[in-house]
Amino acid sequence: MLTTAVSKIRFRDPQVEMAHGAGGKASRRLIDGLFAPILFGSTPAPLGDAAHVNINGACVALTTDSFVVRPLRFPGGSIGELAVNGTVNDLAVSGARAQALVVSYVLEAGLATEILEAEVRAMAAAAKAAGVVIAGGDTKVVEHGKADQMYITTSGIGHLIPGLSISPAAVRCGDKILLSGPIGDHGITILLARGELDLEADLRSDTRSVLPLVEALANAVGAAVHWMRDPTRGGVATSLNELAHDCGLGILLSEERIPIRDEVRGACELLGLDALHIANEGQFLAVVAAEQAEAALAALHAMPGGREAAVIGEVSEQPAGSVLVTTLYGGSRIVDMLVGDPLPRIC
Amino acid sequence: MRYVDEFREPQLITRTADEIRRLADPQRHYRFMEVCGGHTHSIYRFGLKDLLPSNIELVHGPGCPVCVLPMGRIDDGLSIAEQPDVIFAAFGDMMRVPGTRGSPLEHKARGMDVRIVYSPSDALKLARHNPTKHVLFFAIGFETTAPSTALTLMRAKAEGIRNFSVFCNHVTIIPAIRAILDSPDMRIDAFIGPGHVSTVIGCRPYGWIANNEGKPIVVAGFEPLDILQSIVMLLRQMNDDEKKVENQYKRVVPWEGNRGALKAMAEVFELRPYFEWRGLGFISQSALRIKEAYSEWDAECRFSAPGVRVTDPKAAQCGEVLKGVLKPAQCKLFGKECTPEHPVGALMVSSEGSCAAYYNYEHRKAAQLTQLTGAAC
Repeated sequence: MLTTAVSKIRFRDPQVEMAHGAGGKASRRLIDGLFAPILFGSTPAPLGDAAHVNINGACVALTTDSFVVRPLRFPGGSIGELAVNGTVNDLAVSGARAQALVVSYVLEAGLATEILEAEVRAMAAAAKAAGVVIAGGDTKVVEHGKADQMYITTSGIGHLIPGLSISPAAVRCGDKILLSGPIGDHGITILLARGELDLEADLRSDTRSVLPLVEALANAVGAAVHWMRDPTRGGVATSLNELAHDCGLGILLSEERIPIRDEVRGACELLGLDALHIANEGQFLAVVAAEQAEAALAALHAMPGGREAAVIGEVSEQPAGSVLVTTLYGGSRIVDMLVGDPLPRIC
Repeated sequence: MRYVDEFREPQLITRTADEIRRLADPQRHYRFMEVCGGHTHSIYRFGLKDLLPSNIELVHGPGCPVCVLPMGRIDDGLSIAEQPDVIFAAFGDMMRVPGTRGSPLEHKARGMDVRIVYSPSDALKLARHNPTKHVLFFAIGFETTAPSTALTLMRAKAEGIRNFSVFCNHVTIIPAIRAILDSPDMRIDAFIGPGHVSTVIGCRPYGWIANNEGKPIVVAGFEPLDILQSIVMLLRQMNDDEKKVENQYKRVVPWEGNRGALKAMAEVFELRPYFEWRGLGFISQSALRIKEAYSEWDAECRFSAPGVRVTDPKAAQCGEVLKGVLKPAQCKLFGKECTPEHPVGALMVSSEGSCAAYYNYEHRKAAQLTQLTGAAC
C-alpha cells in the first residue's frame, strides 16, 4: 500500500536529460531522489526488476518495461521480441515465472501497417516461445513526428518460482558470481545496425527468454541463489554496482573469466567502449553460495543456450560498495556505473 | 584479436614488469610523463600502475584533445548550430563536454540536431544525404585526426558540396610539450611519446626534447606490453645516461611519419598565431586553422561565432592537473563538485582525461586488493 508520508526530494536536476533514461547513475538518482520518495514515501523502494505484491495472501511478482529502440528490427531480433523477452526476464530474475503480459502501443501516425504487423507477430511468437499469455492491450496514436515509429510497453505478472528467495540482503562474502553467457552482443548489434558507423560484424542480438535457465538454476541449487539481475542498459557493470551499493559489499571480477565474443571485443576496442557497460537482452547474473557454485554452473551448462555460462568473480568485504576487476596480469581497476549512454571514443 | 592479444600476453607482461623492477634504481624517484590521453586510459584500464615499483611515477600529460579545448570554443560551435537547419556533427568524445549552457548531448535532448560521427567523412556523407540542411563538423584532435579533416575538406571542395563546413579546433602536440617543459614547476625525467600522433608526424619532431632539453623520449603504443616496454627503454636510457628519441611503436609509426597525411594537412591548414588551451593558456603557433582557399568550408568564416571566452571556475585546478603538477585527486573539486556525471572541467569528461580515468578506475580502489584469490573474507 502506498503511504502518503513523502520524504525529502533530493533530485535537483532542472530538467530531464537523456542520461536519466540510460540506466546508469543518473537514472538511479532520478529514481532514488524523485520517484521513490513521492511514490513510496519512507518505505524502501522496490528497486529490483519486479515488485512482489501480496494479493489476499498470494504473493505475485509484477513488473513493467517500456521499449524504445532504433532501428526497430536488427540482426537477431526486433522491438516486439524485446518487449516480450524483456518483461519475462525481469520477472525471471526476480524469481518469478511470467504468467500473463499486457501490452501498450504508442504508434506514430504514418507507421506502415506492414511494420506494425511484423512486430505484433514477433510478440506473439516470442510469447509462445516463453510460455506466456498476452492477455490484453491498449493502443494510442500520436501525431507524425511526436514519436519515433513505435514504442511498446509491456507489463507482466508472474508467480514465484518455489525455493527461490532473492534479495541483496541475502548476499554473503565469498558468494560466487555467475554469468549466463557472453556479454555485449545486443548493445553492439544495435550500435552497428544503426549504420552510423562504417563497421560490420557477424553479430546478433542475444534477445531471448532466460526463464528456462533461471528455472534450471532454481531446480539445481534453489535457496543457494541469493540474487539475480538481467544486465540490460548499463550492462554488467551497472547491475553489479547496484548490487554492491545495495548489499554494502564489494564485487571482485576476473577479467579473463568474463565470456565475450571476439566480434564484441573487437568493436569495443575500436570504439573505445567497455564491454561491461554494453547492454544485453538475453543474459543474467546470479550470485550463488560458494559451495553450490559448481552445481549451479553445471546446471546452466546442461541447458540449451547455457553452455557459455561462467563464474566471473566473487563477493568480498572490500572494496565495499564497489566493483573491482583484476586483469590477466594482476593489475586491477574499478568498474563504475555507466554515466549516460556509451559513446564511441575516436580521438 | 591479432595485434592486440599479443600485446596483452600475461607471461610477457610479467616478464617485462620484472625487467622494470630490475632496471629501476631503488634510490631514485622517476617521473615519466605519458603525453597522450590514450596512454593514460590504458594505464588505468589495465591496472598497470599496480605492476610498477612505487618509485616510478607516471604523470599524465596534455594529449587529450577534449581536455585542452576551452569552453568558449564549445559555446561558439553550439551557437552556430543553434541557427536554423544546422546539423551539429562531432565525435562521441565531444558529446558530454560541457559548454556554458550544457554539452552537445544536452543540446540534443533540447532539440538540436546533434549527430555522433565516427570520421569527418561521415559528416560529409550526412551533408550529401541532407541537401536542405547545413552540416557543421566540430573538428577536434591533434595530428592524429587533422589529416582526415583535411582530406574531407579537399573532397568537399572537389565535389562542390556547399552545405558542409568545419569548425576547426585542431591542435598540434609539440608546442604543448614545450609549454610543459617551460613550466617552472615541472620536473619530468622522461617522456612516453604519443603513439597515434607519431603515425602522422613521425619521430623526428621530438629531436629537440632529447638534444636540447636532455630528456629521453620513447614513442609508444597503447597496449599494456607497449607501455611497459617503453618504460624499460626509458630506464635503460637513463641508466646509460643517454638522451635520445626511440620508437617502441615501430609496427605502426614510421620514423619519417606519413607523408601523404602531412601533405593533406599542409594543403588545407595553416598555423594560427596563437590558440587558447584549457589549463595551459594561450600558446603561440599551437593550433591549425583552415586556409583561405578553403574558407567556403570554414565555419568561422561562413558564420559569425560570438568568440566567447569563458574562464574556468577558480576552484578547478585543471591546469595544474594537465601539467602534471597535481594528481587528479589533489584537486579541490575532484569527486565532489566535479564527477564524470557532472564534470566541471573537461579532464573529467573524456575517458582519456586523467581525472575521469582516475575517477573511473582508481578512485575508491583498495590497494591491497590486487589478487582475486587474496581477497577472501
